[in-house]
Amino acid sequence: MKPFEYARATGPAEAVRDYTPGTMYLGGGTNLVDLMKLGVAEPDRLLDVSRLPLDGIEEARDRVRVGATVRNTDLAAHPLIRARYPMLARAVLTGASGQVRNVATVAGNLLQRTRCTYFQDVTRPCNKRRPGSGCPAIAGDHANLAILGASDACVATHPSDLAVALAALDAEVHVTGPGGDRIVPMPGLHRLPGHEPERDTVLAPGDLITGVELPPPPPGASLYRKVRERASFAFALVSIAAVLDVAADGTVADCRIALGGVAHVPWRAERAERALIGGPATGEAFLQAAEAELEQAAPLPRNAYKVPLARNLIVATLEELAP
Amino acid sequence: MNITLQVNGAPRTVDVDPRMSLLDLLRERLGLIGAKKGCDHGQCGACTVLIDGRRANSCLALAVAVDGSEVTTVEGLASGDDLHPLQAAFIEHDAFQCGYCTPGQLCSAAGMLGEPGPSAVTEDLTVDPGLTPEEIAERMSGNLCRCGAYVNIVSAIGEVTP
Repeated sequence: MKPFEYARATGPAEAVRDYTPGTMYLGGGTNLVDLMKLGVAEPDRLLDVSRLPLDGIEEARDRVRVGATVRNTDLAAHPLIRARYPMLARAVLTGASGQVRNVATVAGNLLQRTRCTYFQDVTRPCNKRRPGSGCPAIAGDHANLAILGASDACVATHPSDLAVALAALDAEVHVTGPGGDRIVPMPGLHRLPGHEPERDTVLAPGDLITGVELPPPPPGASLYRKVRERASFAFALVSIAAVLDVAADGTVADCRIALGGVAHVPWRAERAERALIGGPATGEAFLQAAEAELEQAAPLPRNAYKVPLARNLIVATLEELAP
Repeated sequence: MNITLQVNGAPRTVDVDPRMSLLDLLRERLGLIGAKKGCDHGQCGACTVLIDGRRANSCLALAVAVDGSEVTTVEGLASGDDLHPLQAAFIEHDAFQCGYCTPGQLCSAAGMLGEPGPSAVTEDLTVDPGLTPEEIAERMSGNLCRCGAYVNIVSAIGEVTP
């Protein structure tokens, strides 16, 4: 591991003021420390923000504010989250292991890097790790990688389950930085790879996530489901956060669908949502909506299985949610 | 950098390089070789210890980042010659073969028993579930056992369930 300096931040504003190029903020470290061991991340300096007083979960009128350093375990176990945002609790609980969830923070979960094997292997080219070096995944091992929104430069997926649920809930990410405070809506924190796959998010150098604000839960029933290679402690092949509200006359009053494991971002399935709202809540309509969304899919030879997997997951989840 | 930890109840002050993991500190500097280095990437759980009472992968914790914390390793679970109930149950249920993962399994189980709330297999999120074998298996999924002693590990932990 490359030598680095370590310091503890005393407050969010102080952390931003103390930020210099080459500095990385350290949260729980469950991804960053691993990437440093692999030589993928090589900060000159770690500014530890994990003990900042941003660890509260509080009600503010009809919204809930979750601090950036809340540990994943505490988020999923909190009575407010379990009662009002069960889909969010479920998403967090399907991620990682008990040990990792005890340490990993909310902000760190959102900012974790892709688990693409080429990104994590410094002996291989990777446009995300070394811009311009190429993407061996496109002709190589891409079985777990993106089918939506990828580019010629990068087919990585974002690994977070939390981000998928937040994208479906229209959550807001609160950021402070050298340019002041701002709010980044979800989805919208993460970006598609385009020609700059080294940029995972819209955040600028020195920006610090201070928390996430959850709007009132949307009406209807919700679910988070995750398909993976083993039953626990594995990343999603495809996951879904879905909310379905069916009116008394059997039509879809409101619907939210976000997919994980399929793109460089938590993928909000807006085409499927538009196809569903106002129409009948039937299996046939669910299938048409799923197909409308997945028309945009551009799978590679070894991840083409994700297209029918995502389609079937959308349909099965909506059928389970329909009254 | 000088850091001070409470390790198994005793204060330890050590001068460490910022790159040192808590696992390497425990094993290489403090002589506590119970926690094992399996994968060194947080995937196998053999290095699990309790940090401020919560189970964590000591391979992913920088020693400097846990300065001021209380750390309990497998060496700190027993009270003198009195085994921790989990240790006794692991012997009773033959919950290991080679034993390499066992310190991590024990620390993970000790932490897990104190963790509130639901898991990914809990049906009703609003109620804290009982620790059924299915719940124990899900909650212990961060600890791999290459010998495949899972059945006995689950039954050993199930016996200690509060």
